[in-house]
Amino acid sequence: MSTVSTQPAPLEPLSQGQDRVVNDFSIQVATANGSGSQSSNNVLMRSIFQMGVPISGKNLFPSNIMGLPTWFTIRASKDNYVARKKEIDILIAMNPETASEDVRSLEPGRVVIYEQRLKLSRLRDDLIFYDVPFTKLAAEIVEEARLRKLVANMVYVGSAAEILGIEMSEVESAISKWFKGKAKAVSFNVKAARLGADYVRSNLPKKDPYRVERMDGTRGKILIDGNSACALGSMFAGVSVVTWYPITPSSSVCESLIEYLEKYRINPQSGKATFAVIQAEDELAAVGMAIGAGWAGARAMTATSGPGISLMSEFVGLGYFAEIPCVIFDIQRVGPSTGLPTRTSQGDVLSAYTLSHGDTRHIVLLPGSPFECFDFAGQAFDLAERMQQPVFVASDLDLGMNNWMADPFPYPQRPLDRGKVLSAEDLEQAGEFARYKDVDGDAVPYRTLPGTDHPLAAYFTRGTGHNEQAGYSERPEDYQDLMDRLARKPQTAKKLVPQPVIEGPEGAEIGLIAYGSSDVAIQECRDQLRRDYEIETAYLRIRALPLTHHIAEFVSRCRVVYSVEQNRDGQMGDLVRLEVGAEAAKICKILHFSGLPLDARFVTNRIVESENGKND
Amino acid sequence: MTDMASTATPRPRKVNRLGLAMTEYKGLPSTLCSGCGHDAITSQIVKAFWEMGVPPHNVAKMSGIGCSSKTPAYFLSTSHGFNAVHGRMPAVATGAVLANRNLVCIGVSGDGDTASIGLGQFCHLLRRDIPMVYIIENNGVYGLTKGQFSATADKGARLKTGVVNSLPSIDCCALAIEMGCSYVARSFSGDPRQLVSLIKGGLSHNGACVLDVISPCVTFNNQPDSTKSYPWAKEHEELLHQIDFVPYFEALEEVDYQEGESRDVRMHDGSHIRLRKLERHYDPTDKNAALRMLHETRQKEELLTGLIYVNPSSKNFIDILNLHETPLTQLPEDQLRPGPEALQEVMQSLM
Repeated sequence: MSTVSTQPAPLEPLSQGQDRVVNDFSIQVATANGSGSQSSNNVLMRSIFQMGVPISGKNLFPSNIMGLPTWFTIRASKDNYVARKKEIDILIAMNPETASEDVRSLEPGRVVIYEQRLKLSRLRDDLIFYDVPFTKLAAEIVEEARLRKLVANMVYVGSAAEILGIEMSEVESAISKWFKGKAKAVSFNVKAARLGADYVRSNLPKKDPYRVERMDGTRGKILIDGNSACALGSMFAGVSVVTWYPITPSSSVCESLIEYLEKYRINPQSGKATFAVIQAEDELAAVGMAIGAGWAGARAMTATSGPGISLMSEFVGLGYFAEIPCVIFDIQRVGPSTGLPTRTSQGDVLSAYTLSHGDTRHIVLLPGSPFECFDFAGQAFDLAERMQQPVFVASDLDLGMNNWMADPFPYPQRPLDRGKVLSAEDLEQAGEFARYKDVDGDAVPYRTLPGTDHPLAAYFTRGTGHNEQAGYSERPEDYQDLMDRLARKPQTAKKLVPQPVIEGPEGAEIGLIAYGSSDVAIQECRDQLRRDYEIETAYLRIRALPLTHHIAEFVSRCRVVYSVEQNRDGQMGDLVRLEVGAEAAKICKILHFSGLPLDARFVTNRIVESENGKND
Repeated sequence: MTDMASTATPRPRKVNRLGLAMTEYKGLPSTLCSGCGHDAITSQIVKAFWEMGVPPHNVAKMSGIGCSSKTPAYFLSTSHGFNAVHGRMPAVATGAVLANRNLVCIGVSGDGDTASIGLGQFCHLLRRDIPMVYIIENNGVYGLTKGQFSATADKGARLKTGVVNSLPSIDCCALAIEMGCSYVARSFSGDPRQLVSLIKGGLSHNGACVLDVISPCVTFNNQPDSTKSYPWAKEHEELLHQIDFVPYFEALEEVDYQEGESRDVRMHDGSHIRLRKLERHYDPTDKNAALRMLHETRQKEELLTGLIYVNPSSKNFIDILNLHETPLTQLPEDQLRPGPEALQEVMQSLM
């Protein structure tokens, strides 16, 4: 069993003699947190998107409100690669604090568009420099200092657009969209962008190879972050009780959900809400409320991140043992402890899967795209009620907070699955009711909701030992029977959870296993391996825990399986090893845990090194 | 059912207005120590719910962990119950009540469950004024773990083992008032008449109702010098007023009291709490006076019981959230899932 350690991957060299690189580059904008660059970054990204070029936008931000450096990376890719690309092709340097370091870290031949006052061209003679007096130009539009800073950001959008060949009309429509048509804001931001473009046109001849040319790669696509997609999925799954405690990077799940709910789930005539949102006092209360609401029969959810998961541990065990539905979104960030609160990770796999003391196993859904965030959110509510247990949706900061392209989400076709709930009529017909009895042989009992008007309906819910009738019991047989039944639940769940996606030729010797936001990097990596090294790979993307039979079958047909994930210990790799037993030695872990999103070249290099090592 | 309103004053009858006998409001036999104050409280819960004619299937019985938290098994056996985790009953109750606003929610907790591990959730439940009756069975000691002090034990109190409490106690009533609770009362498990009226008052109230009930632990904290013992409570109990409760479905008898001797508080559901003046003049709707009174009696080492504070027209969290009249749990799919045009509109905005 080998583990490939994290080493800095060699950078992608710029091919010699390339004088035109079209629709295939990355831009990094370096600014200070809180300087209003969110607007300008989004406008720049959206302008390229509107030119029909596939893009992704990733925000690398500090745990800070104002002042610390922040970087926004836009990747444009005619080939639809939207994973993080490690190499920066175009740097827009606005932040004096980081400018020198940012410039020094570029590969030769790359481009720097920078604030003239920073005098960066003195630092290197192997880069292409464009200096623009952003602040001075901004001063021509607005006098007020704070506003000038904001406007200066839009000036760089205009300059970059001119250098790259992005049509000004697309910049203008992106501005109008971002500022939602607010006339005044639109007007001076458009003015700023034009000023930036005009300056470049009159003063700075094109010296670099990067170009945006109109193509047809984004027609009909949407731009969305995974957290908004989770929120939409929850609303269309009929969520009615939402409890939360603010924590980065999960807050925007509930914040967007509140926005959507207020728009679509309040009766316009009566003003009455078909939902309750509670900002709780802490994560313990948040999950406790969700469990109380789930018990009462509502579709209930909470959203959190690693520290919140730790706090929820006791309650989640209650939910498992007393068999109460609720949905928990875990938007993972870097741990342990407070860790790197604004960086991405897949470090909660094991803790979410087995959260709480004693023997516990939870269902964990692992969306790999915004569409899956939407779709799995819906499935999570169905599963929670069908299986009567807490269900996790484990996303991460990269998927949750960054900008992703997607096809518009289709309207859910299946009716809501509210699970095995007995009404008063059902009870009358059955003539008996035992809350924790496995009537159907699928390990899932029937439940009743408080308020059901039938003498048989009531039962006592408890986290203490109980028998089939829900009575308190310390009898060894009762406890063992209960635990055995709970242990059988995953057999039923395996048939209901999203099954893995398996791609690649049947005969490929090399297998890849990954999950969640790693998918886009893995797709690109497989193309790199095929194109650059003639290595064919098979790929299994895990989409849920518990693991299904597909895993063992997949591993069995491969010579080696690289298990790629974004945590230090290879948590999923360990679960896979347990699953495949004797073939565990085939699993080779590739682990990326810098807090930055996974990039394809990192994985490709690891696999190539490992395969070369084998051939030596 | 309200046509029985014409019948005269409450005399214990064989059946209540729903036609149910009191036994139908009972639960399993108690497994607490013989003589435990909690069992006396359980009896008054049974009586109050029966006399009020609360449909048992509509009741949600909530608790945390501890001796007190076991008691929901001993009343209303045809109601759903939820024995949650230690100190976290308020969260579970909040979720349940918001999910189904028709539930009549009663929570039973102890001084450890409420004032130590659950203090935060207790406070926030009251801030939100969640409509429920929250009973603290307060004995100043942890029973199930065999006799450690809790945070409501008085400073200087001595356990049977000789251990002396050196920290000040938390006054759950004063805290509840500060937190925005709209119905706060203190009682004693040895005063069933007062207790049953206070519980009924809580059931008629449109917000959180906290009943801090001194409920002696006969095993670990009933020595005469303990401020949470039967002997001490009996000797030091100071009644704020005599309390009668007249439910909305019974006629309110006109009583000819002298000016200032009696006061009726009209509750949210139309019931009345009738307070008859004893030695002191006391207005339970005056928040500042309530807090002052609590501080004073505490200094004087009096056990003040009665309705300490009430705001009968408070707005609870359900009102504030403007929830649909139909419980969220009963909304049909077409009200929970917006139509395709809504998704279409969102998708369009993201293009």
